[in-house]
Amino acid sequence: MGSEGAAADRLLSWDRVSLVIGLLLLIVGHYQGLFVAPAEAMMGDVGRILYVHVPTAWACMLVYTACFVFAGLALWSGKGKWDAAMEASAEVGVLYNALLLIQGSLWARPTWGVFWTWDPRLTTSAIVLVLFVGVLVLRRVITEPERRLNLGSIAAVLAYAGVPIVYFSVKWWRTLHQPFSSPATVSDSFITPLRLAAFGMIFLGIGLIGLRWRALRREVERELSAPALPAALPTLELGQRGPGGAA
Amino acid sequence: MARTPGGPADVLRQIPMILAKDLLIEWRARSRAFALACFALTLLLLFSFAVGADAATLRAHAGAYLWMSVLLSSTLLLAQSLQHEVEGGALDTLTLAPVSPAALFYGKALANAAQLVLLTAVALPPVIALFDAPVKEPLGLLVLVSVLGCAGVAAPGTLYAALTARLASKQLLLPLLLFPLIVPCLLASVKATSLLMSGDPMGQVGSWLGLLLAFDVLYWSLCGLLFGRVIAA
Repeated sequence: MGSEGAAADRLLSWDRVSLVIGLLLLIVGHYQGLFVAPAEAMMGDVGRILYVHVPTAWACMLVYTACFVFAGLALWSGKGKWDAAMEASAEVGVLYNALLLIQGSLWARPTWGVFWTWDPRLTTSAIVLVLFVGVLVLRRVITEPERRLNLGSIAAVLAYAGVPIVYFSVKWWRTLHQPFSSPATVSDSFITPLRLAAFGMIFLGIGLIGLRWRALRREVERELSAPALPAALPTLELGQRGPGGAA
Repeated sequence: MARTPGGPADVLRQIPMILAKDLLIEWRARSRAFALACFALTLLLLFSFAVGADAATLRAHAGAYLWMSVLLSSTLLLAQSLQHEVEGGALDTLTLAPVSPAALFYGKALANAAQLVLLTAVALPPVIALFDAPVKEPLGLLVLVSVLGCAGVAAPGTLYAALTARLASKQLLLPLLLFPLIVPCLLASVKATSLLMSGDPMGQVGSWLGLLLAFDVLYWSLCGLLFGRVIAA
């Protein structure tokens, strides 16, 4: 059992590798974004948040999509490893989503004059954050592992329905926010730092999910394999002797 | 040989039975429905106190007040619809009986939607009177918006009510999970209602009705598929 656990640890060490690759890509990408790439024509240096904000948004969508897939796998198979992966990706998704809103607010202040406006993209992003926080709160409240797997996964599947709404919000509603960003919509000189930072955020996300997954997986699988408590615990009548002879 | 329950014909036959059962329960406890309507009316008054006596602002946001009062009242209604099933052990009996989970969901969700439509109909005249917001477009369109909007709240609401019914913090979890999810439905209902009250010279109501319909189709399908897992858990 011990060697099996060690082998599993070795197999899962991809998370650390991914974390290191992600950090390296982010360092190189942000160095290029801050010091090599030219300033944006209209916004100047403020526009350099592009290399932080857009990759965070892309990675956030991918992490939520992974959460949706893991939730589906957990529902389909009933296995604790997918349940743990779902929770880990929901946590990382919430982290990225919160970062996304903070970065957006920091950019909005000098650009729009306010930290927050009730723009469809901003509002839908905040709603998705609350939806996944709700999923995590639900999981914390449920103590029985099988019920937590089922109900938590169902809540995650429903919460994911908000993600396409965030993505398409700039198309469906009149919005202050820029339309879809991609390498095709930016200058050639912005593409390399943008790609490096995007892959950096994705690898960092994979690493963070992996780290949390390892910790949660042990916990979830131990809970799922634990023998169920009897429906009613045996009670001793007053004066009756227990198995050890104690009254 | 006994026929396995759960085929489309069985589901269609069972839905009206569940619907009739739920509506009968609510009819027998109609004092609760009366209290709920009073709660919705109290909320309407609170909104006007909170906003102040500016008649133009109140009129402009009358649709929003209507839907917010329906939405806030809906959590009580939705939680109650599952609570008496859980308390009496009726839900366990229903799952043991040859009743399809899909029929159980659609029956309960339809009953909840019908009650929400009724609540909207009760709250609408006070909204028109209190906020001086007469309906300028055909009333039939407002009925359609009410039905689609209430259906949009009822489908995920019934699923989440079942999901949280046995949990310790259900009063907190139901609105926490439900409210963010139904924002597109709330937005479309409010916008469509406001346009019908203030006039719609540009014909924008159609696009909001389209969004409501898409939301309803998505969540009535998705929640119907997932309800069996929720009950089993």
